[in-house]
Formats: sequence, structure tokens, C-alpha cells
Amino acid sequence: MISVDIVVLTIVSIIGATTPLLIAATGELVTEKSGVLNLGVEGMMLMGAVSGVGATIATDSWILGLLCAAAVGMAFSLLFGFLTLTLMANQVASGLALTIFGAGLSAVIGAPLVGKRVHRIPDLEIAGLTDLPIIGPIFFGHDPLVYFSLISLAAVSWFLFRTRAGLALRAVGESHDSAHAIGYRVIRIRYAAVAFGGMMAGLGGAYLSLAATSLWAEGMTAGRGWIALALIVFAAWRPLRLLLGAYLFGIFWIGQLAVQGLGLPIATEFMGALPYLVTIIVLVIISRDSTKFLLDAPACIGKAFHPTA
Amino acid sequence: MLTLVPRPESSKRMMYLSPIFALSATIFCGLVIFSIMSFDFATFTFTSNPFDPLVNFFYTPLTGRSGLTNLAMKATPLVLIAIGLAMCYRANVWNIGAEGQYTVGALAGTGVALAFYGVDSWLLLPAMFIAGALGGLIWAAIPALLRTRFNASELLVSLMLVYVATQLLFFLVYGPWKDPDGFAFPESRVFHTAARIPQLFEGSRLNLGTPIALLAVIGGWLLMGRSLIGFQIKVLGAAPNAARFAGFSEKKVIWLTLLVSGTLAGIAGLIEVAGTIHQLVPVISPGYGFTAIIVAFLGRLNPVGILLAGLLIALSFLGGETVQIENGLPKAAGSLFQGMLLFFLLASDVMLNYRIAWKRHRPAPRKIAQ
Repeated sequence: MISVDIVVLTIVSIIGATTPLLIAATGELVTEKSGVLNLGVEGMMLMGAVSGVGATIATDSWILGLLCAAAVGMAFSLLFGFLTLTLMANQVASGLALTIFGAGLSAVIGAPLVGKRVHRIPDLEIAGLTDLPIIGPIFFGHDPLVYFSLISLAAVSWFLFRTRAGLALRAVGESHDSAHAIGYRVIRIRYAAVAFGGMMAGLGGAYLSLAATSLWAEGMTAGRGWIALALIVFAAWRPLRLLLGAYLFGIFWIGQLAVQGLGLPIATEFMGALPYLVTIIVLVIISRDSTKFLLDAPACIGKAFHPTA
Repeated sequence: MLTLVPRPESSKRMMYLSPIFALSATIFCGLVIFSIMSFDFATFTFTSNPFDPLVNFFYTPLTGRSGLTNLAMKATPLVLIAIGLAMCYRANVWNIGAEGQYTVGALAGTGVALAFYGVDSWLLLPAMFIAGALGGLIWAAIPALLRTRFNASELLVSLMLVYVATQLLFFLVYGPWKDPDGFAFPESRVFHTAARIPQLFEGSRLNLGTPIALLAVIGGWLLMGRSLIGFQIKVLGAAPNAARFAGFSEKKVIWLTLLVSGTLAGIAGLIEVAGTIHQLVPVISPGYGFTAIIVAFLGRLNPVGILLAGLLIALSFLGGETVQIENGLPKAAGSLFQGMLLFFLLASDVMLNYRIAWKRHRPAPRKIAQ
């Protein structure tokens, strides 16, 4: 039956659209839980996307491409960390700087890569399971990063809420002065959280250039880094809601493409604008209750820490 | 080891020295990057003089007959937008969607110009200016409304609206506003003379937009430095609790700063299409709205500082184009320069509130939590 095939294909493409958002948002969730707001996700994703393609072409290995993207994303986030954690610069301004710088630098180093194709990250083939009808392609036929996105979210959730180190990280995000007073290394913990966020943003970007497509294009993230930031607000800093939000957004993203494909008399530009409009609407709905919003957000988010004693 | 010691009050001297530090560090890094790019590691020699692109970046654009004109024309939208953004940032209102407000301002002005195509009236241009200002204002009113009414982050909302504005531009320029005699190119009709901003001098491309930007600098200075509302904006940004005790309305300040910055960005967009491009095309900005964020910070959120910063960043746009033509480097070298400058600026701004001191020993905090 054709209709079943279409449904399966749609679900597979929804997973593909969701994964880069989910990976980047999972990283940023950890960063924000430690009390640091890094608005540079878009810039780090772009750097991950371009370095992933560059390294894959140079080494002919997508694994090295991904590792390179993760390392570049992390290096970029440490630049932000140095500014905001060591030098106590304004986090909003520094995050914007990271995005502007990342957009410029990725365009410069990506210029010779434009138009070159790489091999897509291959899908996992699990003997027997991938060939099952319907269930096979939906659950067992994806590239490794799809599974990585789900596993890493589960791991982050476990880490944050079930381990002592995760408790320390949350404590630093809720009240850095108290955490410092009882002996936690606030700056060190935040550096680690920022670096993890950068690594995941780099991987999320590389997903776009190595798995969702197989090429580099200037500005190819198209605001996904910012949408990842909005998703965290939507999720009220909770991992499970993050998963839900990311998939809802993925359904929406594919839905608008599908409607464009149907050839209805709706301007493609209108459908193209819809994901951003929906993000705004969702933000409005979530933020409406300001007391709840303040309770959900890590209390120290965006605040610089300088030990006084 | 080196440690940072808080200053009793923030340093005025560092406020002005910090941009100079940042610029020096950026130029130095630029030289290093250009050196690496012109160095041949196989023969261990420079294939070209690394100072060449540096000169082409910072000096060559200013030479020639139209050098200063080009600089002023690039600086005009940057300064206009940054004046408004500085007001927002002073109040801790994060409008980062000026690019969208600029675009909608340009669209609104173009709409008037095309609706009255061929009408030869002196009223047309003022009507276009009003439309452009309103366009930017409306686009900024959306985040203001959603922030004051629903507590939604103005930062994310204003940014999302940039993408929406771009789609609106594409829709109009590929659709209803496409030039009927334009061989299907995605361009609007070329504006007729009455819909173009007049040139200041015969034979120069410099138009009335530049004096308008200068007026905005003066207006911004008066508003921020010499008026009660400017004072309220500053207090609200620096000490929100004090502002609330004093009875200053936070909502009023959010509305005002967003509307003023949206209006200025809209006017900047209108000046670009009616003064420079003279028609609507799919790309009407090299990222002025985003770059103006850098201009605002580099200018210390101060109107006069913004004027100087606007000229410097305008030079980086021209420099990027020059090194592309003369040295075959990517044009994005300009935005790389802008990003580096902002980084170094933010880094050296630590000196505003802290001084570096040498401490021999700092006892590590002991863990007693476990």
C-alpha cells in the first residue's frame, strides 16, 4: 500500500528534522542548568557543520568528521566560556558575538567547500530488524546520530537528576553563592557545562551537513540554533518535555514542507515563515505565567560569578 | 597568580581605552591571519606581503574620489540602527531583530513608492518615510506587546521575526511586486525620480540619509543624556529594583525603547532602498541589523561613540570587498573582522569593573559538601 509507505517515509523525515535540534538543545540544556546562557548555539552549529564537511573530505571518514565537529564546537564554546566565566563579560552580548563570529568564520573557511559533496553518514543496518515492514525503517534504519540523540538525552536526564555531580551542577545554576560556600568549584563546573553544550551544538550542526544533507552551504542552519534555545524555554528546562517539544517541532517542520509539496495555492514563503511564527506562539503560551516561568528557569541564569571570599 | 580584583567603581578611563585595545588586538590578529594565508609552508617564504591585505582592508577603501562617500553611505544605516539598539540595551531590552525591522521598513516604503508609481509629487517622499518608520515600528511592536503582555522573551521573538520578514520580502519581490517589464527577474520596478531620496551634491552618491543619521545621533544624545525618560531607561537597565521603587514603569520603557529602535531601523531600510538601491531586490542588506549590534557595543552604547564605531565597522565592510578584489580573499573577511573586534572588546571590558592584581597564594576552597 502506498499510503503506508508515505506515512513511514514521513515519520523517518520527521526524525531527521528533529535530531539536529534535539542534539543541540540537549547540550544547551546542560549549559543553562549550570546557570550559563550561551546564545551562541547558532554560531557553534555553523562551525560544526562546516568543520564536519571539511574533515570528512580531508580524511574520507565521517567518524573523524563528527569528532572534528564536536571538537570545534567545544573549542568555540570555550572561547565563550573564557569571556563570560573568566572575564565575566555579559553573557547575552558574548553569545551574540559567538553567533556573529561563527557565521563569518564558517563562511570564510567554508568558501572552498561550497558545491562539494561528501558521503552521507550511512544508516545502521541491523540484520533482520531493519528489513521488517513498517517497524524496520521507523525504528532500526537510521543513522547512528539519531540513536545518539536519544541516548544522550536519556544520559543527560539521568546525570542531572540521579547523580551527585548533576546535583552539584544544578546547585551551581540555582545559587552559585551557596554552591561556592559549601565548596563547589563554580567556575570549573560551568566550564564543563559550557564545553558539553558546545560539543553537542557542533554535532548538531554536523548532522545537518553530514546526515540530513551531504554538503556545506553558507548559513545552512537557518535559525535552528535559535529554535533550540526556544525549545528549552518551551521544555521548562525538563529533559522529557525537551524531547516532546523537539519532536513536535520536527513534525511541524516536515508538515510545512509536505504542504508545500502538495501544490496548494498557498505561497511557499508563507509556509517557510510558519516554523518561526509557531516558535513565537509557543513562546507566548509557555511564558504567559511569569511566576511559573521564574520557578522553572535556573535562578542564576545569565549572572556572572565572582568569588568574594 | 593573576587575579581580578573588583574596582570600587567602574573605570571611566577604561571605558574609552577598551575599544582601542580591542581594535589593536584585532589588527594584530588580522595580520597573523593574513600572514598565514600568504605563507608558503613548502618553500618557507611569503608568497606575498602580508601587510598588503591589511593596507587594502583599512586604508585603500578610503582613497580615491568616492572613498569617503562610500564610507558614509555604509555607515548611515549602521549608525541609525545602532542608536536605537543602544537605547534598548541600556534598558536591558534585548532587541536583536533590527534586521527584520529594517526589512519591513524597506518593504513599507517600497509599497508606497510602487502604489504611486509615476506620481510626481513632493509629498511622495515624506509619505515613504512615514511608511518606512511605521513598518519598522510595527515589526518592533510585536516583541514589545508579547513581552509586556505575555512575558515572552523579546530576544527570541524579535529574532524569529527576522526570518518572517525575509520570507515576506521574498514573497513580494518574487510575486506581486515583481517588475511587469522585468523579464521575470525578482526585482521591483526602478523607483521614479520623485520616489528617490535626493542627492546632497551634484555628482556624488551621498544622499539625504546621512544627515538624517547625524540627526539621530543628536536626538539619541539628547534623549539619553538630557531627558527624564533617558534617565529612567538607564536606571531600569542598571538597577531594576531601584527603578521599581522609584515608580518607573518597566513596561513603558520596554515599549518606548523597542518602538524607537524599530522606527530607526525602519527608516534605515527605507533610506537603503529609496536612496541607494532605488528598487526592491531579494537582498537589501549585508546584515546591517546584526552588525549594528556590534556598532552599539563598540560605541559604548553612547550616540557619539556609535558614530565613530559606525564609521569603523563601515570601513570593515568596504575593506572586506577590497581584499576580495585585490587579494582574492573571501568577502566574509569583513564579518570575521567584526566578530573578532566584538570578542576582544568584550574581553577587554573586564577592565571596566576589575583590575588585574598579582596574588601569591589563593587558598583553594575545600569541599565540605561530601
